[in-house]
Amino acid sequence: MIDLHAAALVAVMALCTMLTRFLPFLLMRRRQSLPPAAEYLGRVLPCAIMGMLIVYCLKDVSFLAAPFGLPELLGVALTAGLQLWKRSTLLSILGGTIGYMLLVQLVF
Amino acid sequence: MAGYLVLGLGFGILLSQSGFGAGWALVMCLTIYAGSCQYVGVSLMAGGASLIMTALTTLMVNARHIFYSLSMLDKYRGAGAKAPYLFFSLTDETYSLLCDGAVPRGEDPHLYRFLVSVFDQCYWVAGGTLGALLGSIIPFDTTGIDFSMTALFVTVFVEQWLSSRQHLPALLGLGMTALSRVIFPADVFLIPAMLGITVGLMACRKRLDVPEIEEAADD
Repeated sequence: MIDLHAAALVAVMALCTMLTRFLPFLLMRRRQSLPPAAEYLGRVLPCAIMGMLIVYCLKDVSFLAAPFGLPELLGVALTAGLQLWKRSTLLSILGGTIGYMLLVQLVF
Repeated sequence: MAGYLVLGLGFGILLSQSGFGAGWALVMCLTIYAGSCQYVGVSLMAGGASLIMTALTTLMVNARHIFYSLSMLDKYRGAGAKAPYLFFSLTDETYSLLCDGAVPRGEDPHLYRFLVSVFDQCYWVAGGTLGALLGSIIPFDTTGIDFSMTALFVTVFVEQWLSSRQHLPALLGLGMTALSRVIFPADVFLIPAMLGITVGLMACRKRLDVPEIEEAADD
Protein backbone atom coordinates (compact mmCIF):
# COMPACT_ATOMS: atom_id res chain seq x y z
CA MET A 1 0.00 0.00 0.00
CA ILE A 2 1.52 3.26 -1.15
CA ASP A 3 1.53 6.11 1.34
CA LEU A 4 -0.75 8.48 -0.57
CA HIS A 5 -0.11 11.46 1.66
CA ALA A 6 3.65 11.14 1.13
CA ALA A 7 3.03 10.82 -2.62
CA ALA A 8 1.01 14.04 -2.51
CA LEU A 9 3.85 15.76 -0.65
CA VAL A 10 6.33 14.63 -3.34
CA ALA A 11 4.00 16.04 -6.01
CA VAL A 12 3.70 19.36 -4.15
CA MET A 13 7.49 19.59 -3.75
CA ALA A 14 8.01 18.81 -7.43
CA LEU A 15 5.45 21.38 -8.60
CA CYS A 16 6.66 24.13 -6.26
CA THR A 17 10.28 23.51 -7.26
CA MET A 18 9.34 23.71 -10.94
CA LEU A 19 7.47 26.92 -10.21
CA THR A 20 10.63 28.56 -8.81
CA ARG A 21 12.57 27.53 -11.92
CA PHE A 22 9.98 28.35 -14.59
CA LEU A 23 8.55 31.54 -13.07
CA PRO A 24 11.18 33.95 -14.44
CA PHE A 25 10.88 32.33 -17.86
CA LEU A 26 7.09 32.82 -17.81
CA LEU A 27 7.11 36.30 -16.25
CA MET A 28 9.90 37.81 -18.24
CA ARG A 29 8.07 37.41 -21.49
CA ARG A 30 6.03 40.40 -20.40
CA ARG A 31 8.28 42.65 -18.33
CA GLN A 32 11.85 43.78 -18.58
CA SER A 33 13.11 43.38 -15.01
CA LEU A 34 12.01 42.08 -11.64
CA PRO A 35 10.45 44.45 -9.09
CA PRO A 36 13.28 45.87 -6.93
CA ALA A 37 11.82 44.33 -3.78
CA ALA A 38 11.96 40.87 -5.34
CA GLU A 39 15.49 41.50 -6.53
CA TYR A 40 16.49 42.52 -3.00
CA LEU A 41 14.84 39.49 -1.37
CA GLY A 42 16.55 37.23 -3.87
CA ARG A 43 19.90 38.53 -2.74
CA VAL A 44 19.39 38.35 1.03
CA LEU A 45 16.94 35.46 1.38
CA PRO A 46 19.33 32.55 0.62
CA CYS A 47 21.60 33.34 3.60
CA ALA A 48 18.62 33.74 5.95
CA ILE A 49 17.03 30.51 4.72
CA MET A 50 20.23 28.54 5.30
CA GLY A 51 20.21 29.82 8.90
CA MET A 52 16.58 28.79 9.16
CA LEU A 53 17.33 25.28 7.87
CA ILE A 54 20.10 24.76 10.43
CA VAL A 55 17.70 25.61 13.25
CA TYR A 56 15.08 23.40 11.57
CA CYS A 57 17.49 20.44 11.71
CA LEU A 58 17.96 21.00 15.43
CA LYS A 59 14.25 21.46 16.18
CA ASP A 60 13.85 18.26 18.17
CA VAL A 61 17.04 18.61 20.21
CA SER A 62 16.40 19.12 23.90
CA PHE A 63 18.76 21.73 25.27
CA LEU A 64 17.30 21.62 28.79
CA ALA A 65 17.88 17.93 29.55
CA ALA A 66 21.07 15.84 29.38
CA PRO A 67 23.09 15.77 27.16
CA PHE A 68 21.89 19.37 26.55
CA GLY A 69 22.32 19.18 22.78
CA LEU A 70 26.06 18.71 23.23
CA PRO A 71 26.51 16.12 20.43
CA GLU A 72 24.65 18.37 17.98
CA LEU A 73 26.59 21.49 18.99
CA LEU A 74 29.91 19.63 18.72
CA GLY A 75 28.87 18.20 15.35
CA VAL A 76 27.95 21.67 14.04
CA ALA A 77 31.23 23.10 15.37
CA LEU A 78 33.24 20.28 13.74
CA THR A 79 31.47 20.76 10.39
CA ALA A 80 31.87 24.55 10.45
CA GLY A 81 35.50 24.23 11.58
CA LEU A 82 36.34 21.83 8.74
CA GLN A 83 34.67 24.13 6.22
CA LEU A 84 36.52 27.20 7.52
CA TRP A 85 39.79 25.27 7.42
CA LYS A 86 39.66 23.40 4.09
CA ARG A 87 36.59 24.84 2.35
CA SER A 88 35.80 21.44 0.89
CA THR A 89 32.05 20.78 1.07
CA LEU A 90 32.43 17.03 0.79
CA LEU A 91 35.06 16.79 3.55
CA SER A 92 33.01 18.99 5.91
CA ILE A 93 29.82 17.00 5.44
CA LEU A 94 31.52 13.60 5.74
CA GLY A 95 33.71 14.69 8.67
CA GLY A 96 30.85 16.34 10.55
CA THR A 97 28.48 13.42 10.03
CA ILE A 98 30.99 10.72 10.98
CA GLY A 99 32.07 12.77 14.00
CA TYR A 100 28.46 13.14 15.12
CA MET A 101 27.75 9.43 14.58
CA LEU A 102 30.75 8.50 16.73
CA LEU A 103 29.58 10.93 19.43
CA VAL A 104 26.01 9.61 19.67
CA GLN A 105 27.03 5.95 19.34
CA LEU A 106 30.09 5.83 21.56
CA VAL A 107 30.14 8.84 23.89
CA PHE A 108 26.64 10.01 24.77
CA MET B 1 29.74 16.17 -9.90
CA ALA B 2 31.26 13.52 -7.61
CA GLY B 3 29.95 15.66 -4.78
CA TYR B 4 26.47 15.18 -6.18
CA LEU B 5 26.85 11.41 -6.09
CA VAL B 6 27.78 11.49 -2.40
CA LEU B 7 25.04 13.98 -1.47
CA GLY B 8 22.60 11.80 -3.40
CA LEU B 9 23.79 8.72 -1.49
CA GLY B 10 23.21 10.53 1.79
CA PHE B 11 19.71 11.50 0.70
CA GLY B 12 18.88 7.93 -0.33
CA ILE B 13 20.14 6.46 2.94
CA LEU B 14 18.14 9.00 4.97
CA LEU B 15 15.02 8.34 2.92
CA SER B 16 15.21 4.57 3.28
CA GLN B 17 15.67 4.93 7.02
CA SER B 18 12.46 6.91 7.17
CA GLY B 19 10.71 3.92 5.61
CA PHE B 20 10.66 5.00 1.97
CA GLY B 21 12.43 2.71 -0.50
CA ALA B 22 14.40 3.08 -3.72
CA GLY B 23 11.28 3.71 -5.84
CA TRP B 24 10.59 6.84 -3.80
CA ALA B 25 14.18 7.99 -4.14
CA LEU B 26 14.07 7.48 -7.91
CA VAL B 27 10.81 9.42 -8.35
CA MET B 28 11.94 12.25 -6.06
CA CYS B 29 15.32 12.63 -7.77
CA LEU B 30 13.64 12.64 -11.19
CA THR B 31 10.74 15.00 -10.46
CA ILE B 32 11.84 17.29 -7.62
CA TYR B 33 15.58 17.33 -8.32
CA ALA B 34 16.61 19.82 -5.64
CA GLY B 35 19.14 18.83 -2.98
CA SER B 36 18.22 20.86 0.10
CA CYS B 37 14.53 20.54 -0.64
CA GLN B 38 14.69 16.75 -0.86
CA TYR B 39 16.62 16.48 2.41
CA VAL B 40 13.97 18.59 4.15
CA GLY B 41 11.34 16.62 2.24
CA VAL B 42 12.43 13.40 3.96
CA SER B 43 11.57 14.84 7.35
CA LEU B 44 8.35 16.42 6.07
CA MET B 45 7.25 13.05 4.65
CA ALA B 46 8.30 11.12 7.74
CA GLY B 47 6.44 13.59 9.96
CA GLY B 48 3.31 13.65 7.79
CA ALA B 49 3.46 17.41 7.24
CA SER B 50 0.50 19.20 5.66
CA LEU B 51 0.35 20.12 1.96
CA ILE B 52 0.38 23.86 2.70
CA MET B 53 3.37 23.53 5.02
CA THR B 54 5.21 21.49 2.38
CA ALA B 55 4.40 23.98 -0.39
CA LEU B 56 5.55 26.98 1.66
CA THR B 57 8.72 25.26 2.81
CA THR B 58 9.58 24.19 -0.74
CA LEU B 59 9.03 27.71 -2.08
CA MET B 60 11.20 29.26 0.64
CA VAL B 61 13.99 26.70 0.41
CA ASN B 62 14.05 26.96 -3.39
CA ALA B 63 13.44 30.70 -3.73
CA ARG B 64 17.04 31.12 -4.87
CA HIS B 65 16.31 29.12 -8.01
CA ILE B 66 14.25 32.03 -9.31
CA PHE B 67 17.46 33.97 -9.56
CA TYR B 68 19.36 31.15 -11.21
CA SER B 69 16.72 30.98 -13.93
CA LEU B 70 16.66 34.73 -14.22
CA SER B 71 20.39 34.96 -14.81
CA MET B 72 20.29 32.20 -17.43
CA LEU B 73 17.40 33.69 -19.45
CA ASP B 74 19.75 35.24 -21.95
CA LYS B 75 21.99 32.21 -22.36
CA TYR B 76 19.09 29.82 -22.82
CA ARG B 77 17.41 31.98 -25.44
CA GLY B 78 17.11 30.04 -28.67
CA ALA B 79 17.56 26.65 -27.03
CA GLY B 80 14.22 25.61 -28.51
CA ALA B 81 12.95 22.24 -27.39
CA LYS B 82 15.82 21.90 -24.88
CA ALA B 83 14.76 25.05 -23.01
CA PRO B 84 12.17 23.47 -20.66
CA TYR B 85 14.64 20.86 -19.43
CA LEU B 86 17.44 23.41 -19.14
CA PHE B 87 15.31 25.52 -16.79
CA PHE B 88 13.93 22.51 -14.94
CA SER B 89 17.41 21.23 -14.15
CA LEU B 90 18.89 24.47 -12.80
CA THR B 91 20.05 23.17 -9.41
CA ASP B 92 22.82 24.75 -7.31
CA GLU B 93 25.33 22.35 -8.83
CA THR B 94 24.27 22.76 -12.46
CA TYR B 95 24.01 26.52 -12.11
CA SER B 96 27.51 26.72 -10.65
CA LEU B 97 28.86 24.74 -13.61
CA LEU B 98 27.07 26.79 -16.27
CA CYS B 99 26.66 30.30 -14.87
CA ASP B 100 29.90 31.69 -16.24
CA GLY B 101 28.62 30.92 -19.72
CA ALA B 102 31.84 29.23 -20.87
CA VAL B 103 31.39 26.59 -23.54
CA PRO B 104 34.25 24.51 -25.00
CA ARG B 105 35.41 25.84 -28.36
CA GLY B 106 33.55 24.38 -31.33
CA GLU B 107 30.67 22.95 -29.28
CA ASP B 108 27.03 23.84 -29.82
CA PRO B 109 26.36 25.86 -26.63
CA HIS B 110 22.80 24.62 -26.18
CA LEU B 111 23.74 20.98 -26.71
CA TYR B 112 26.72 21.33 -24.35
CA ARG B 113 24.61 22.87 -21.58
CA PHE B 114 21.89 20.32 -22.13
CA LEU B 115 24.34 17.43 -21.77
CA VAL B 116 25.95 18.92 -18.65
CA SER B 117 22.47 19.26 -17.14
CA VAL B 118 21.52 15.69 -18.05
CA PHE B 119 24.75 14.20 -16.67
CA ASP B 120 24.35 16.19 -13.47
CA GLN B 121 20.89 14.80 -12.91
CA CYS B 122 22.12 11.28 -13.73
CA TYR B 123 24.65 11.53 -10.89
CA TRP B 124 21.92 12.75 -8.55
CA VAL B 125 19.45 10.02 -9.54
CA ALA B 126 22.13 7.30 -9.34
CA GLY B 127 23.33 8.50 -5.94
CA GLY B 128 19.84 8.80 -4.47
CA THR B 129 18.59 5.45 -5.72
CA LEU B 130 21.78 3.62 -4.76
CA GLY B 131 21.66 5.21 -1.31
CA ALA B 132 18.09 4.06 -0.79
CA LEU B 133 19.06 0.50 -1.85
CA LEU B 134 22.11 0.48 0.42
CA GLY B 135 20.21 2.09 3.26
CA SER B 136 18.35 -1.08 4.09
CA ILE B 137 21.40 -3.38 3.98
CA ILE B 138 24.15 -1.28 5.54
CA PRO B 139 25.91 -3.60 7.99
CA PHE B 140 27.01 -0.97 10.55
CA ASP B 141 25.09 1.09 13.07
CA THR B 142 23.78 4.15 11.19
CA THR B 143 22.43 6.02 14.22
CA GLY B 144 23.14 9.69 13.66
CA ILE B 145 23.53 9.53 9.87
CA ASP B 146 20.64 12.00 9.61
CA PHE B 147 23.15 14.61 10.78
CA SER B 148 24.36 14.73 7.15
CA MET B 149 21.46 17.10 6.46
CA THR B 150 22.53 19.44 9.28
CA ALA B 151 26.12 19.22 8.07
CA LEU B 152 25.07 20.11 4.52
CA PHE B 153 23.30 23.27 5.68
CA VAL B 154 26.08 24.27 8.07
CA THR B 155 28.60 23.92 5.23
CA VAL B 156 26.55 26.08 2.85
CA PHE B 157 25.92 28.59 5.64
CA VAL B 158 29.66 28.95 6.34
CA GLU B 159 30.42 29.27 2.64
CA GLN B 160 27.77 32.00 2.23
CA TRP B 161 29.07 33.74 5.35
CA LEU B 162 32.60 33.82 3.94
CA SER B 163 31.52 35.15 0.57
CA SER B 164 29.12 37.90 1.67
CA ARG B 165 29.78 41.22 3.35
CA GLN B 166 26.45 41.46 5.10
CA HIS B 167 25.85 38.97 7.87
CA LEU B 168 22.56 40.38 9.11
CA PRO B 169 20.38 38.17 6.83
CA ALA B 170 22.16 35.01 8.02
CA LEU B 171 21.85 36.03 11.68
CA LEU B 172 18.22 37.04 11.17
CA GLY B 173 17.50 33.60 9.72
CA LEU B 174 19.08 31.82 12.69
CA GLY B 175 17.59 34.14 15.31
CA MET B 176 14.08 34.41 13.94
CA THR B 177 13.79 30.63 13.52
CA ALA B 178 15.17 29.91 16.99
CA LEU B 179 12.73 32.43 18.48
CA SER B 180 9.87 30.87 16.55
CA ARG B 181 10.83 27.40 17.80
CA VAL B 182 10.78 28.65 21.41
CA ILE B 183 7.28 30.09 20.95
CA PHE B 184 5.65 27.49 18.66
CA PRO B 185 5.58 23.67 18.65
CA ALA B 186 8.06 21.80 16.43
CA ASP B 187 5.57 20.80 13.74
CA VAL B 188 4.38 24.31 12.82
CA PHE B 189 7.17 26.73 13.81
CA LEU B 190 8.60 26.95 10.30
CA ILE B 191 5.69 29.02 8.93
CA PRO B 192 5.92 31.86 11.51
CA ALA B 193 9.71 31.69 11.10
CA MET B 194 9.43 32.20 7.33
CA LEU B 195 7.00 35.08 7.84
CA GLY B 196 9.28 36.65 10.44
CA ILE B 197 12.32 36.34 8.19
CA THR B 198 10.55 37.96 5.23
CA VAL B 199 9.13 40.80 7.34
CA GLY B 200 12.47 41.25 9.10
CA LEU B 201 14.40 41.42 5.83
CA MET B 202 11.95 43.92 4.37
CA ALA B 203 12.28 46.04 7.54
CA CYS B 204 16.07 46.07 7.15
CA ARG B 205 15.91 46.86 3.46
CA LYS B 206 17.12 50.45 3.80
CA ARG B 207 20.23 49.22 5.55
CA LEU B 208 20.93 46.18 3.41
CA ASP B 209 19.78 47.13 -0.06
CA VAL B 210 22.87 48.98 -1.24
CA PRO B 211 24.62 48.40 -4.56
CA GLU B 212 27.74 46.26 -4.34
CA ILE B 213 30.01 49.08 -5.52
CA GLU B 214 28.99 51.46 -2.75
CA GLU B 215 29.51 48.70 -0.27
CA ALA B 216 33.05 48.15 -1.42
CA ALA B 217 33.72 51.88 -1.14
CA ASP B 218 32.51 51.85 2.48
CA ASP B 219 35.16 49.31 3.41
